[in-house]
Amino acid sequence: MSLYRIWALIERDMRKFIRSPALMMSSMIFPLVQLVVLGYAFGGIIHGAVVAVVDNDNSALSRQVQEMFAGIEMGPKTFRVVHYDSLPQAVDDLRAGFIHGVVQIPVDFSRRYYQHDRPRLVFTEDNTDQFLSNTIQERVQEMVDNLNTAAVQPRLDAQVELNTVEVYPYIEYVKFLLAGSTAMAIFITAMIGGGITLIDDKARGLHEGYLVTPIHKSELVLGLIGSGALKGLMSGMVLVIIGGLIAGIPDLWNPVRLFYLAIVVLVASIAMISFMFLVMVRVDDPLVPRALFGVLNTLLFFPSGAVYPIQGFPNWLSWIAVIDPFTYTVNALQNLTLKSTGIEGIYKDVLVLAGFAAVMIAASMALFRRQI
Amino acid sequence: MNATNSNGGHAIDVEHLVKRFGDLVAVNDISFFVENREIFGLLGPNGAGKTTLIRMMTTLTPPTSGTAIVAGHDIVTDQDGVRHAIGVIPQAFTSDPELTAQENMLIHAKLYGVPSSDRERLIRELLESVDLLKFRNALVRTFSGGMRRRLEIARGLVHSPQILFLDEPTTGLDPVSRSNVWEMIRTLREKSELTILLTTHYMEEADKLCDRIAIVDHGKLAALDSPTRLKDSVPGTDVVEAEFTGAPAGWNEQLKVLAQAAGVSERDGMVHIASHNGPQTVAALMDLARSSGVTVKKVSVQSTTLDDVFLHYTGSELRDAAQGGRYDVSHLYR
Repeated sequence: MSLYRIWALIERDMRKFIRSPALMMSSMIFPLVQLVVLGYAFGGIIHGAVVAVVDNDNSALSRQVQEMFAGIEMGPKTFRVVHYDSLPQAVDDLRAGFIHGVVQIPVDFSRRYYQHDRPRLVFTEDNTDQFLSNTIQERVQEMVDNLNTAAVQPRLDAQVELNTVEVYPYIEYVKFLLAGSTAMAIFITAMIGGGITLIDDKARGLHEGYLVTPIHKSELVLGLIGSGALKGLMSGMVLVIIGGLIAGIPDLWNPVRLFYLAIVVLVASIAMISFMFLVMVRVDDPLVPRALFGVLNTLLFFPSGAVYPIQGFPNWLSWIAVIDPFTYTVNALQNLTLKSTGIEGIYKDVLVLAGFAAVMIAASMALFRRQI
Repeated sequence: MNATNSNGGHAIDVEHLVKRFGDLVAVNDISFFVENREIFGLLGPNGAGKTTLIRMMTTLTPPTSGTAIVAGHDIVTDQDGVRHAIGVIPQAFTSDPELTAQENMLIHAKLYGVPSSDRERLIRELLESVDLLKFRNALVRTFSGGMRRRLEIARGLVHSPQILFLDEPTTGLDPVSRSNVWEMIRTLREKSELTILLTTHYMEEADKLCDRIAIVDHGKLAALDSPTRLKDSVPGTDVVEAEFTGAPAGWNEQLKVLAQAAGVSERDGMVHIASHNGPQTVAALMDLARSSGVTVKKVSVQSTTLDDVFLHYTGSELRDAAQGGRYDVSHLYR
């Protein structure tokens, strides 16, 4: 095997890549748009929901409850309150989507409260939208907890308290999504600059021009994968930096962290381009990579934990996450960008990605046809 | 035969090469040799097996059986040696359209291991020899077909090969570009020690360029000799073509005994009379037609061409075979 022939192929590809701004832009624009739109679409704090209050008790205590609702309306503004006289009417409007929740103060609320007989408030939620209903329910629960707080605290408090300590400052969703967007940029570069370009060159007959030279099969495979990895590195690092600026990653220009980011992006690029190469190694039809693009994108991106925690997946989806190179890429990048870890936070992921790449490359070499 | 044995001083020795694609026998036990510094042509219609043959000789496709010794290297056991010794210009354009002419040459020079100290000079000289030096920094996608072919010939020579393979080098080119490529091939042979093997379905190209021609049809070698001797092997030096109306039964038998006639055949309503003296035969033909009440609709005389040679050895015309597209060979080009 000779490095100069491998490098000649890499040089060929890089000259074409740099000359094709469309390819570079398409590799980066989609992930950036996704980062911004998804990041801010998902990351917002719920406000302005509409909650109906039905006061069947009409007592001083029920008016106190209503004041608490007003306090939320004036303060965090999670929801605004509308008053209904009729519970059935309120529930009908809830079903119709005019309101997002109904809190009923039952007719025996104050009587039960003073008799210490388990007084209740009834919260009827529209659980077709879990995000919204959970948020409203949390606010209502906070109000109930405040109601349950004794006016005079006992000298010895026998109740267990939970003190929560946040290791990191608040992480907006857009910051959380940056790792997945970077992995997406690498994948798109691997797909377009690797899979699609490879098959298009084959279909145009350009491959034949190289097969007649003394280049060995291993040199061809490594050269094509190497050039794809370099392109992935460029796209990935551009995404990390531009996306990091958009998302507001602190201390973005830390040289040590940038170095670790480059390592993760490079190894992830090699893993993804070698995976794409293996998928396309016996493909001749230029339509195949185009048809596979969307399927692979979905299959690799969403199970990776980039958008939603893996711990929330069903079993079968968890198994996809285990074998998905995106998963380890996203985890390593999240550790670096969100937690500012060092090598200890990425070495396992890097090793898995390197092992994955090695298997993909070995299989590609075995399957690649040196002759027509 | 292995690569270490002498191949009798030949540039190429083809020994019983066979290539099968499933039930289709694309190359059927072909043997021949090519002398050093010879321009050797493989002439035949599309689907005859020429491209498959050249792909085997250039190690692009493994043979089903048989072998060939190319520049002293066996195509089966020493493919690397073959690739170092040959330059190949495939039928389809293989130069990268997103690179410049210079870059295409440079990448190939690196793939062949041309020393960096020699690359710039070699590239400049080769581009100059194909009249593309002023376009060296232009992207290949801006080139015409003729320019692209010239570039690929120059690229095929960047590593100074012993043998140059050209697969249908002028297919798809306009007459001026074709003429330029022919001139380039002739110049190459005059100025270097290069051996050239080309495939073509243009008889004029084979006739003008080649020292010897192998006629290939249906995967078999039908004839092999110099263009002159091939034409001499066909009865007669001229061919009279005529079309008649009102010809009686047995008319062709009467034509066989015309003055200087050497043979008669008919195809698609046209009668072909091989003749040792075309004008004499035409005169005798007109006399016979007048006396028999047969109308001569059309008559022409031309010297024996390779098309006539092809017809003689294969039973079909090269023109018709090329246009007929009788064979589905799409799988050969996968």
